[in-house]
Amino acid sequence: MPKVTWVLGDGREISANVAVGHNLMEAAVANNVPDVIGECGGCLSCATCHVYVDPAWAAKTGKPAEMENDMLEITTAERRELSRLSCQILATEELDGLILHVPHN
Amino acid sequence: MTMTAPIILVGAGQASASCAAKLRALGYDGALTIIGDEPAAPYQRPPLSKKYVSGELARERLFIRPLSWYAEQRIELRLGTRVVKLDAAGHRVTLADGTNLSFSRLLLATGSTPRRLPAEIGGNLANVFTIRNLADADTIAPALIPGANLLVIGGGYIGLEAAAVAAQKGLDVTVIEMADRILQRVAAAPTADFFRTLHQSHGVTIREATGLAELVGKDGRLSSARLKDGTILPADLAIVGIGILPNDDLAQAAGIAVESGILVDGKCRTSVPDIFAAGDCANFTWRGQRTRLESVQNAIDQGEHAAACLLGEAPDYDPVPWFWSDQYEVKLQIAGLNRGYDSTVLRPGKRPLSQSIWYFRGDTLIAIDAMNDALAYALGKKMLESGKPVAKAAIADPASDLKALAS
Repeated sequence: MPKVTWVLGDGREISANVAVGHNLMEAAVANNVPDVIGECGGCLSCATCHVYVDPAWAAKTGKPAEMENDMLEITTAERRELSRLSCQILATEELDGLILHVPHN
Repeated sequence: MTMTAPIILVGAGQASASCAAKLRALGYDGALTIIGDEPAAPYQRPPLSKKYVSGELARERLFIRPLSWYAEQRIELRLGTRVVKLDAAGHRVTLADGTNLSFSRLLLATGSTPRRLPAEIGGNLANVFTIRNLADADTIAPALIPGANLLVIGGGYIGLEAAAVAAQKGLDVTVIEMADRILQRVAAAPTADFFRTLHQSHGVTIREATGLAELVGKDGRLSSARLKDGTILPADLAIVGIGILPNDDLAQAAGIAVESGILVDGKCRTSVPDIFAAGDCANFTWRGQRTRLESVQNAIDQGEHAAACLLGEAPDYDPVPWFWSDQYEVKLQIAGLNRGYDSTVLRPGKRPLSQSIWYFRGDTLIAIDAMNDALAYALGKKMLESGKPVAKAAIADPASDLKALAS
């Protein structure tokens, strides 16, 4: 199972092994990562699972698809180049070691 | 004052789960108990009529939090049991097994129950379903057999979602709607037109202005439906989606004011001290009118709001409501409440099956239905939140830049 690390606004880190195929919003909620909320359950109707992908991982996580790109218009924290909705990133073996930075949502 | 008795949350749905998490986040360190009549820990209901009943989403992925979270947060879950009596003055509840529990403050987050068809017209026949609980979806899922005849009674969002799932599984689906058109209560005609066409393109028969006379059974099991116009439709199963009723009996029996739900003020307070309500069951004043919101957004936001209220001061609850529905390849996203609209503006989208309907009262934007158009939803929601005036003509012009209009 790939290991994912969330870096919080205060510098604290939370790491967890995530089952392949699960999305990283549900993984964050299951591991009590604050500020990843996931109000809509991962169906692209809120933007409360907003994260910044660590630059080292940007190539592997890829870019947001069209609907996700649109929903990134209403993030609470500022949108940046590496903004993603974490419900749209699925855990894969390739993402083992992934680092996500969590803004205050 | 020290308070040793726990805060009790009655109901183990989204509102209680959100309230409990927020209570802890706000620093409430005392005893906290959630009581629910279903055996399951709090779970997400929206997927039940969508990806869960279709088999795409595994059961364990419905749960809002893992069980370990409740233990870590010292939240006691008392599941599979019902509060049968609320003694408001005595600050005590009685469970079905006779256990009495004291509370310092209590939240009623008892949710709602689907309306059923009366037994006299076949509402109690086997294979006549409603969708509300995990148990309902678990009962319906195995009955979704390709080739079977499904009758959906009620052309609202729940019924249409069920119709979409069943049509995709190869059932023969008919939706009957008593009103002149589907989505009559919740959406404008252009939105209804869009979904009617969508369903028809997937082979679903939509019969509007069509009343049900009775469901007919054979050996206690549904076999056909007789419509008011005399038509007989064969039916192997029926899904009834004709609205929900707030669960306010417990409150009423406790002497708490109810009227289409448990009456609360902007601070989630009922008519009785130390007793609060949130979620589907709560009736609050929003923009000057009594309102119940049957949605996840409200369960989460009002549940969290109630947490602040349970602990002391909070501003009045003032949400921007939002909803969604998934049907086939279409995602519908709704922001605001269209209650009292007097005109709509259609804005074509940039993709296939993409458009948005903007609801106005006078010149004021009050809601948006966005079909496969997340940008319209997102920016429309932004406009509703900021209250910035927006011109109808600008919305109707597909070349206008929504981003500029919203900022």
